[in-house]
Amino acid sequence: MGLKEKMHEIKLKYQGKKMAPAFNAIHTFLYTPNETTHSGGHVRAVDDLKRTMNTVILALVPCLLFGIFNTGYQHYSAINGFPENFSIWEHFITWDNFVLGAITVLPLVIVSYGVGLLIEFIFAVIKGHEVEEGYLVTGMLVPLIVPVDTPLWMLAVAVAFGVVIGKEVFGGTGMNILNPALTIRAFLFFAYPTWMSGDKVWVHGAVERAGTADAISGETILGYLAQGNTQEMYAKYDLSEMFFGFIPGSVGETSAFLILLGGLFLIFTKIASWRIMVSAVVGSLAMGWIFNLIVDFGWIPEYSKFYGLMSFEFWKHLIVGGLAFGIVYMATDPVTGSQTNKGKWIYGFLIGFLSVMIRVFNPGYPEGVFLAILLMNVFAPTIDHYVVRGNVNKRLKRLKNATILPDTVDGAAAELKAETV
Amino acid sequence: MSKDIRIKKGLNINLVGAAEQTTIQAVSSNVYALNLDDFHGVTPKMLLKEGAELKAGEPIFHNKNEESMRFVSPVSGELVEIVRGARRRILSLKILADKEQVYHESKPVDLDKTDAAELRETLLMSGCWAFIKQRPYDIIANPVKTPKAIFVSGHNTAPLAADVDYVIKGKEKEIQAAITGLSKLTPGKVHVGVGDTTTSPFSQISGITLHKVSGPHPAGLVGTQINKIDPINKGEIVWTVSPQDLVIIGEYLLTGRFNAERTVALAGSSIKSPKYYTTKIGAEVSTFLYASGVKEEKFRLINGDVLTGYKTKPDGHLGFYNNTVTAIPEGDDYELFGWTKPVFNKISSSRALTFSWLNPKKKYNLDTNTNGEHRAFVVTGGYEEVFPLDIYPLQLLKACMVKDLDEMEQLGLYEVAPEDFSLTEFICVSKQPHQQIIRDSLDLLYQEIG
Repeated sequence: MGLKEKMHEIKLKYQGKKMAPAFNAIHTFLYTPNETTHSGGHVRAVDDLKRTMNTVILALVPCLLFGIFNTGYQHYSAINGFPENFSIWEHFITWDNFVLGAITVLPLVIVSYGVGLLIEFIFAVIKGHEVEEGYLVTGMLVPLIVPVDTPLWMLAVAVAFGVVIGKEVFGGTGMNILNPALTIRAFLFFAYPTWMSGDKVWVHGAVERAGTADAISGETILGYLAQGNTQEMYAKYDLSEMFFGFIPGSVGETSAFLILLGGLFLIFTKIASWRIMVSAVVGSLAMGWIFNLIVDFGWIPEYSKFYGLMSFEFWKHLIVGGLAFGIVYMATDPVTGSQTNKGKWIYGFLIGFLSVMIRVFNPGYPEGVFLAILLMNVFAPTIDHYVVRGNVNKRLKRLKNATILPDTVDGAAAELKAETV
Repeated sequence: MSKDIRIKKGLNINLVGAAEQTTIQAVSSNVYALNLDDFHGVTPKMLLKEGAELKAGEPIFHNKNEESMRFVSPVSGELVEIVRGARRRILSLKILADKEQVYHESKPVDLDKTDAAELRETLLMSGCWAFIKQRPYDIIANPVKTPKAIFVSGHNTAPLAADVDYVIKGKEKEIQAAITGLSKLTPGKVHVGVGDTTTSPFSQISGITLHKVSGPHPAGLVGTQINKIDPINKGEIVWTVSPQDLVIIGEYLLTGRFNAERTVALAGSSIKSPKYYTTKIGAEVSTFLYASGVKEEKFRLINGDVLTGYKTKPDGHLGFYNNTVTAIPEGDDYELFGWTKPVFNKISSSRALTFSWLNPKKKYNLDTNTNGEHRAFVVTGGYEEVFPLDIYPLQLLKACMVKDLDEMEQLGLYEVAPEDFSLTEFICVSKQPHQQIIRDSLDLLYQEIG
């Protein structure tokens, strides 16, 4: 008996039982179900939610792999000093970087998926619905947007919080208001701020070594700018390093290049909304440009604490920090984002605009994208409401010219006809 | 006068097994049946008992709420069985056909002299009224209401559906009669949408406004054309009649005979040699199904096209409104990692490791597998790409699901029939039953607002 028949038999055996959702989840992971259409159309397109989510995960894989290498690279280069003549094969893709990165990053991935899926399974069994695919993406996003040394227990607590409060209480995948991955990130940020910001958390080992003789620093570019150490930052990182991602930061969000590729892939596959991505980029450029103008006009003195970030060229905001990652992978979340096409333009633009604004003005943590997206998640239904009202009003306007004809009991239609002719 | 309608949004679903354009006279069926589900919303009241003899075109039952609306037998013979379901609801009526058909004759209608009221009465009594459908609600037209316009779609873009031009060729006289008659019942226009590549028999018909429609499916759906030509507002009524039904109405007006004959396309990848058959409404599908041959044992037989039809069996009967019967393979099998591996043999609106976009002309052999499980709505923006109406499909569906009557009204439920949501249902990654949701909501709205 093949696996297919065996699984089918077990499926029949557990049908209607309490554990059926848990079993079905494994079964449907292995096999597309044998379900056939019974109402409506008899044929269906090939895409299902699993394929959709899987495509997003595929788009994230390069970021994860890069994150693994970069973790090792940042650690070793912080200890040994940055190489003068950087060669990607000699310094970046090395066995050492990979091993260190893997043993640091993979546990984050495992904890994220382990805890999250466990909760999903428990809720599915309790509520008797199928295990839904939403967490497949969330589970991959979470390890990519946290500092590399986030203690695993913190991550576990945050994931539990995010999945239960951020999603399940609203009814699960498709019903949530806030992006679950960002809910988890926000929980971490507000509950354990010392582990989530500062100059020690972005490079593996920096926290442990803090205060010792061989302490290493892991300031991010935004960190430098926020403190006004502009010269120091430019001395340390050049533009290509920012763009390709050989900089400290959350695990998966440093390489703007790979995020760009991932974004193009998602647009090409039509899985994520290009409208949101484009308008968010435009929004962030607009805000960055406004800040540049303020500096150009000399309205901000050089000793101002905002000077570093405000004078940062507007387009460079896109290649440092989590902005690009947030725009491509999280602003485009169809559930929590705007759902109408017009709404997506507004929603995306405001995310970009607010991200850069928060980035400059937030004194505690020079990053704004996650707060901007969460804020806009809350406003997305409002935006949609007004967009949809536009359509409703169009219909109401049309109604004024409606030709409502009398009933035809006594041949009124015939008379009307005679009149109109 | 013709106006062009160009549809940009939509999706052509090219399937294997289109009917070859040759028509064969089908073997005459022993038993004919009327499937009462075809007459959505009609509560039947029987006029005859089991065992009654009847002529073709003789009334069998009428609508309980509208007694003048009669439904007639497609053939002469004996009413052998009234099939009932739960709570004695009538499911179908079976008629054992006579060898020699006898018609219930009435006087031909003089279209020049008949006025609207008289014509309406004639159509109601003759059983031809059942062919006239109305929107809102997508039900048989309410004879008390006056439509603001009548819409006929002479263009079929649904996968494997019968080619309208081919089916009605040579029936111009009947169609002209039907159009002349029906146009008396509305002060508005009779709009006909035809394809832009071929010369439709409708181009020779007078008294209509012709619209050339181009673009992918659902360009051929009458709902799409209504929305582009003259959308329905609250309180307005429009009628829709399909071309092959115009032929029957026209023939009745010209000859006084209800001739239920029609040309049916037998199509689908499970059919060995798909072609057209001449048969009658209610004929047993097997009378022409096996003449074309069936390829596999497990196939799905559909009364209608693959997007809007309903399931039937070889011993089932041709539906009242259908001129297509489709057979496709059943897909009740598992597929290892079907959700993740690259797919070349199925259609997708995305490009997520699916490659149907590479070759838009390629014909596919789809089966009835849902390719996934039912989920909550997650993906957005996809429906809008295949939904050309000026309506927010996702928002309307959600309003329908929560039974928010106000919202349904405002978002345009009056303008749609379930078939308008057949494409959004096709591409839905959450495998939601869109057409069912719309049907239920239309029924609810009809019940509550009427």
